[in-house]
Amino acid sequence: MPELGDAKKIQLPLRGQRDAYIADKLTEGVKKSHLANFFIEKFFFLCGLTTIVILVLILGFLLDKSWPAIQEVGLQEFLFQTRWMPSSPIEAGFGALPFILGSIFVTVGALIIAVPWGIFSAVYIGEVAPFRLKEALKPLIEILAIFPSVVMGFIALVVLAPLIGEIFGLTSGLIGLTGAIILGIMTLPTIISIAEDAITSVPNDYREAAYALGASRWQTVRYVSLPAASSGIVAAIMLGFGRAVGETMAVLMAAGNALSMPVREILGLPFPTLMKSVRTLTANIAIEGSDVAWGSLHYHSLFVLGLILFIMTFAVNLIADIMLTRFQEVNRNE
Amino acid sequence: MNKKDRQQAIWFTVSGFFMLMTLAVLAAILYSIFKSGAAVISWEFLVDAPRRNMTAGGIMPALVGTFYVSSLTVLIAVPLGITSAIYLNEYARQGTIVRIIRLSIRNLSGVPSIVYGLFGLGLLAATFRLGTSLLTSALTLAIMSLPWVITASEEALKAVPASFREGGLALGATKWQTIRQLVLPNAVPGMATGSILALARAAGETAPIILTGAAFFLPNLPTALSDRFMALPYHLFILSTQHTQIERVRPLAYGTALVLVALVLLLNMAAIIWRYQMRKKQTW
Repeated sequence: MPELGDAKKIQLPLRGQRDAYIADKLTEGVKKSHLANFFIEKFFFLCGLTTIVILVLILGFLLDKSWPAIQEVGLQEFLFQTRWMPSSPIEAGFGALPFILGSIFVTVGALIIAVPWGIFSAVYIGEVAPFRLKEALKPLIEILAIFPSVVMGFIALVVLAPLIGEIFGLTSGLIGLTGAIILGIMTLPTIISIAEDAITSVPNDYREAAYALGASRWQTVRYVSLPAASSGIVAAIMLGFGRAVGETMAVLMAAGNALSMPVREILGLPFPTLMKSVRTLTANIAIEGSDVAWGSLHYHSLFVLGLILFIMTFAVNLIADIMLTRFQEVNRNE
Repeated sequence: MNKKDRQQAIWFTVSGFFMLMTLAVLAAILYSIFKSGAAVISWEFLVDAPRRNMTAGGIMPALVGTFYVSSLTVLIAVPLGITSAIYLNEYARQGTIVRIIRLSIRNLSGVPSIVYGLFGLGLLAATFRLGTSLLTSALTLAIMSLPWVITASEEALKAVPASFREGGLALGATKWQTIRQLVLPNAVPGMATGSILALARAAGETAPIILTGAAFFLPNLPTALSDRFMALPYHLFILSTQHTQIERVRPLAYGTALVLVALVLLLNMAAIIWRYQMRKKQTW
């Protein structure tokens, strides 16, 4: 047992570690159930490792299952060819470029819609709305986030697609644009809530300094709050990208799923287009994954698509994560 | 009004307009589902099986299937999630391992749901020979919802004041006794709300279960973990895109969408109200 006098010698470490430190100092004295506590702690440690294990398993497993296809077909064909006929007995094609471009174009389209929309909404909640309205708006934004993606796909199918078809005079409104709009709406809550967090966490001193210099509230938002929150807002956009590129059901039901390149030739040059039926990486896995023969080359090639998708979202989320951490640290120091 | 004020008025109006658009979209979604769905909802719709090649009847097997798979998901994910959270918040010291754990939690929550589906299909169904089944789907959904459960449980543990732990330890309790008898009971409401929210999200997920066990149509309810099952979100997907008479089953699709949305909304509301009531009871 520590003597009472020892307390004087204890130098308190930094604030954050204080509780753990005191707890440790106190438990040092308890010898009785030391062994049991040791095993309990180890048990929780192992449980804490689950997520690492799962992440490593997913990556390792995707690599393992896609390897036969990569080895036989070659990664170049997956990434740069445009003909996808993985189970054709005569001449199989494994070009996944239409899906990769489809995913990217639809996602970029979604962001073009959702970014200005989301940032303005966030500015409204964070800087314009009076306190009570702000408290009422936030849960409403959260409701928008809880609709299952299949329901959003259904809405795109029955409400949005006929509308788009009519506006552009198409026989079917199931085109990339419809997918982009519904994805944009689905990423709105992510962008609004993270951007709003970033704006709200800009220290008030900044705003007061701007007011003192004679800036209007809008000028303060435009030249002080938004630039100060910019890395948080960029992180919000990237998380929105990650969410949109991985979204399955909504694009599957809205974008038409034709097996063709999402480009249109203008003056002999290919230009990206969302005005035709588009199939994304996620949609293709969902369409073909449920009835593919296990162990076939087609089966392994779907894992290559999954791997491409995993790497894309992993990279984007990692960058967003680093930016958010940095943003929070900068703000904490101030 | 000078230029500065005019500018401000314009831009604040613009941001208000975008906010209004967000609310309008929310209202439009709710309106279209409730208006067309309410006409179909009846007691028979909820307790009847689909009939005549799914052009009539109800959604009972899909409701039951969704209930089974999401409860099973929560049963698997919650214990694992809570123990992970206890480690992170109560035992772990800041260091490399904890940073890697947090990084993997955040990255897992960004992995697309269809990739979890592929993982479930390839590892659980094919390699572990669980087949496409209720168990495979629930395990897949559980792995997917683990990051949400961990984050919510950790928030709940963080909300318990440090003085509780210090008090317990000062009275001579061991660390585990303190956690079990002082920290956990006070974190339960927060953990429960987190679990209900995870349940709601699992109930609405479609992409992973398409690959791992949801069935187009089954005459019987699942009786074992190795059976396939029908699920509400997949049923909605089929009724709205895969059915041979899309226009004829459209009302049924609306009804299914309404039931699914109502289910998810109710679960969320229950979680929020419960959390609110528990907070009111808290004395610290």
